[in-house]
Amino acid sequence: MVEKILTFAQAEPAGTVAFATADGLLGSVWLLVAIPLVSAAILLLLGKRADRWGHWLGVAAIGAAFVLGLTYFFQLRGLENKQVEQSLWQFITVGDLKVDFGLLFDPLAAVFVLLITGVGFLIHLYAVEYMAHDEGRRRFFGYFNLFVAAMLLLVLGNNYVMLYFGWEGVGLASYLLISFWYGRPSAATAGKKAFLMNRVGDAGLAIGIFVMFAMLGTTQYDEVFNGVGALSSTTVLVLGLLLLLGATGKSGQFPLQAWLPDAMEGPTPVSALIHAATMVTAGVYLIARSNPIFSADHTLQLVVVSVGAITLLMGCIIGAAKDDIKRVLAWSTVSQIGYMFLGVGLGGAAYALAIVHLLAHGFFKANMFLGAGSVMHGMNDQVDIRRFGNLSKYMKVTWLTFMAGWLAIIGMFPFSGFFSKEPIIVAAFEREGWTAWLFGLAALLGAGLTAFYMTRLFVLTFHGPKRWTEDIEHPHESPKLMTIPLILLAIGSVAAGFLLATSVPDWLEATAGLGGQEEGHEAVLAHWLITALSLLVTVLGAGLAWFLFRNGTATEPQPAGVLVTAARRNLYTDAVNEAVFEKPGIFLTRALVFLDNRGVDGLVNGLAAAVGGGSGRLRRLQTGFVRSYATSILTGALLVVAAFLAVQAGWLA
Amino acid sequence: MSELKLPSIDYAALAPILIMLGAALVGVLVEAFVPRRLRNAVQLTLALLAVLAALTMVILNADDRLITAGQAIAVDGPTLFLQGAILILAAMALLLVGERTVERGGAFVAQAAVTAESDDDRRQADGMGGTTEVYPLVTFAIGGMLIFVAANDLLTMFIALEVFSLPLYLLCALARRRRLLSQEAALKYFMLGAYASAFFLFGVALIYGFTSGIPNRGAGVDFATVHAAVAESSSSPVLLFAGMALLAIGLLFKAAAAPFHVWTPDVYQGAPTPVTGFMAACTKVAAFGALLRVFHVAFAGASWDFTPVLGAVAVLTMLVGAVLAVTQTDIKRLLAYSSIANAGYLLVGVLAPSKDGLSGTMFYLVAYGFSVLAAFAVVTLVRDADGEATHLSRWAGLGRRSPFFAAIFTFILLAFAGIPLTSGFTSKFAVFAPALDANQAWLVIAGVLTSMVLAFPYLRVVVMMWLSEPGDATPTVTVPGALTSAALVIGVLATLVLGVAPAPLLDLANGAAEFVR
Repeated sequence: MVEKILTFAQAEPAGTVAFATADGLLGSVWLLVAIPLVSAAILLLLGKRADRWGHWLGVAAIGAAFVLGLTYFFQLRGLENKQVEQSLWQFITVGDLKVDFGLLFDPLAAVFVLLITGVGFLIHLYAVEYMAHDEGRRRFFGYFNLFVAAMLLLVLGNNYVMLYFGWEGVGLASYLLISFWYGRPSAATAGKKAFLMNRVGDAGLAIGIFVMFAMLGTTQYDEVFNGVGALSSTTVLVLGLLLLLGATGKSGQFPLQAWLPDAMEGPTPVSALIHAATMVTAGVYLIARSNPIFSADHTLQLVVVSVGAITLLMGCIIGAAKDDIKRVLAWSTVSQIGYMFLGVGLGGAAYALAIVHLLAHGFFKANMFLGAGSVMHGMNDQVDIRRFGNLSKYMKVTWLTFMAGWLAIIGMFPFSGFFSKEPIIVAAFEREGWTAWLFGLAALLGAGLTAFYMTRLFVLTFHGPKRWTEDIEHPHESPKLMTIPLILLAIGSVAAGFLLATSVPDWLEATAGLGGQEEGHEAVLAHWLITALSLLVTVLGAGLAWFLFRNGTATEPQPAGVLVTAARRNLYTDAVNEAVFEKPGIFLTRALVFLDNRGVDGLVNGLAAAVGGGSGRLRRLQTGFVRSYATSILTGALLVVAAFLAVQAGWLA
Repeated sequence: MSELKLPSIDYAALAPILIMLGAALVGVLVEAFVPRRLRNAVQLTLALLAVLAALTMVILNADDRLITAGQAIAVDGPTLFLQGAILILAAMALLLVGERTVERGGAFVAQAAVTAESDDDRRQADGMGGTTEVYPLVTFAIGGMLIFVAANDLLTMFIALEVFSLPLYLLCALARRRRLLSQEAALKYFMLGAYASAFFLFGVALIYGFTSGIPNRGAGVDFATVHAAVAESSSSPVLLFAGMALLAIGLLFKAAAAPFHVWTPDVYQGAPTPVTGFMAACTKVAAFGALLRVFHVAFAGASWDFTPVLGAVAVLTMLVGAVLAVTQTDIKRLLAYSSIANAGYLLVGVLAPSKDGLSGTMFYLVAYGFSVLAAFAVVTLVRDADGEATHLSRWAGLGRRSPFFAAIFTFILLAFAGIPLTSGFTSKFAVFAPALDANQAWLVIAGVLTSMVLAFPYLRVVVMMWLSEPGDATPTVTVPGALTSAALVIGVLATLVLGVAPAPLLDLANGAAEFVR
């Protein structure tokens, strides 16, 4: 009996996270980060000498990383403990703070690696042609490789500091690429805006990491996750909210969503890779990775779900009122990531659903962005969907591939969005009590709105009468190098959904905290009914858009009602930011500048003047007369003797 | 009448002192018997060889820890370290003194007594070489300094003080250019020096009175007796404190601490530059060596009482040095005030009553000595037709005319300002850290603040040298002769090496940092 108790006591508590050491082939997992990084360094350091072949080096680096990623993926599949970590060296050692430069390759990281390198490779390939006429192509590929390296570091790190390292790295690459055409004021401003809004989120993440270190003394994933249970609920809540702030910043979620649409000022491949497929999903990754923290507090989950729901509706509404093809796609990205936040917020089995949607979204959104790039390529960089129309006749490949993406995003059966989005809607209905109705209906409404604005986009671009600007005679299809990635991504948009939805949740089981989740509540509506309803609202939304826009639209802005005007102005979020943050910020800056000029500088200058003045006056004591020197010495002597005697008498001591 | 007992004398331990004094006497004979033509070379060789021999003896004696010649001389770690320092720095100074190629006859006038600006004066300026009596004078001064840092009683210390001061008064008066200024400086130095000596001597008398109160022991002014008296004398402590104060004044005068610094700018400016360098480096070492011995050995028991007063003197010294340096327009006066401020920093080290404080102060003395000699070596090179161009406005644009020397001078100024990778940083650290350990944070704060103020005049010179356009008045830098070059190279290299790898010298200072009692 006693023995039994002892055995039981020795057993590890359920849910303990333990990583295996990476060995064998997996010991070279660091190559994934190193290859793109070295390539980026070569491209950026060699300068003009690499202009002729640099872009191919960039493509090859990502291709190699993809092949490696696949190899590692299959290696991992054969392992017992599917979480292997590798500590390369001690990154930071200061007192109690020890941070490994370590990598963790587990199922979650593996799917991200495949997404980043796979989709990344196709987009790199596309960009070779897309950027062919740009003088800065080599620099572009340098930044692009830098981005991939940082993103891989972000998902491969085995502690929060490594994640933060990658996080800042992708932020840097994003900034550099948004303002890639820094000659344009709008691009430069957009880069600045993205940078600043990300700082807000990054600060949250950084403070979250500080909290972790202060409370748990570590930033290693396994140690943090094992220690979360011992923390007070307030600490967990604060920690979770700080991480969430970081996530919303990077993923363009409410309230930090405003930078993402402006980020479309960058070249289209950048929008496709960074601001649609990969980087902006880092927030989802962060929450999924930190699931033991988020699952530990229900309030926290509620906040995440609310952020997701608000953002997804907001993105839909604003997307429906925009006329710039890339901005519509950008707002749809915001909205789709809202779905993912909804998923990770719901917790339990929905974590996996969110990741599935993330992967599927990576394919179809990259597909559509590249499609949009292809359209712009053929239309003299026009981005206004009111000046397109009837392009299906001229750009067959773009049209068909874009159609696949469109059907995928609106969740039409059997395209991938159906398999990835519909389960999230179902999961939303599985919450307890009235919140099930609230979030379930929000998700459902979002599906209808998505169908509406994406159909509007599709119809106005490819169908209806042509409304081109005068300078365009004959739009042309893009060259092979651009259409091949489109076709491959379109195949992904069609087929990936089913494959992912059936395999990924099982695969992710082995990720820390994602396995063995309890079953959700019984849905408040029957499963089949939800499926039917979501298909119904999709068809309704799409049908309405088709009906309204099949004959094209006016080429000038039309007067509109309150809602549309609000949507055109981003639901006044920019105005709120301006009133609440920008104006007081500018005032504060001016006040500080004033304080600095008058107060700090005044103090410093005043001190300097005082020293100078004092020096000038004291100088006059140096008369050059021995008699005055002797007097000075005598005075000093008297003072010293007096002081000694005072000390002796106990007056000074 | 009892038989006179002669104290035993350890001649080997005294050898460095004897060598220097002997060489000085030989030097006087050289003046009398060697033809004028050869005199300079012979004298310089003799002086340098003597320094070398004395240094060799210091190194051979490195393990000595003894008191000899009755109670008069203590040969221990600090003595040997400081004697070594004085000898090395003095060798550099001798190189500057011996320089004859920069100006015919060197920096020294042949017959100082000739009325300035008279026909005779012009004739000697054009025709005659410099005086060679400077070498025995310098050698005497070095010998006196060697005794000063080894003195184990107050009377020996006083005599050593006079032995090294008198030659310095003379040396100050021998400048070839601006002779009246030089003679005025010498006179001021002499009068004020005598004045300060009187304080010192009066202090010795009071202390002697105080020691008479020790039960079962005769009165005396050797440090062991004074030390015992501080602990157990029954005499009035007024004697002790007044004596200690007056003694301190005499020493602080030599160390150029405020308010006893008033002579420094005038004398530094007026004296021939090699002599200024010699005073700034070696006199500093000697004065602080004596201060260390007096306060760490004789008055160690009263450290609670003297620390606040001397601390106040240190702060005042730093302030006066730093603040007054700001408005100086003459490079030699600027360096004089810098040397005053440095005396303040050194006092911080003296007041840290620990082994680290002692070794830090000794390290500082050596490091500062090298830098300041190098600085004055550069000053001797920046010349125009009237000799050295010491007014700061004349240095404007020097970086364009002579980038090499401007760079060297910039480096030395940065060292004075305490920039890392120079000895200025490591040495400030070496004195401030023990002071912090001894809970003298206020001294360190004052030190850091005044260092900031002091950085301004240094950087102003740097800015003037590099960022101003050279004007017609900008002098050129004379190509230095081999002797000045050697001194300059030694000084700059030591400043760099002690900044980058201070450990060997710090270890040496640490190993030497214990007085015998």
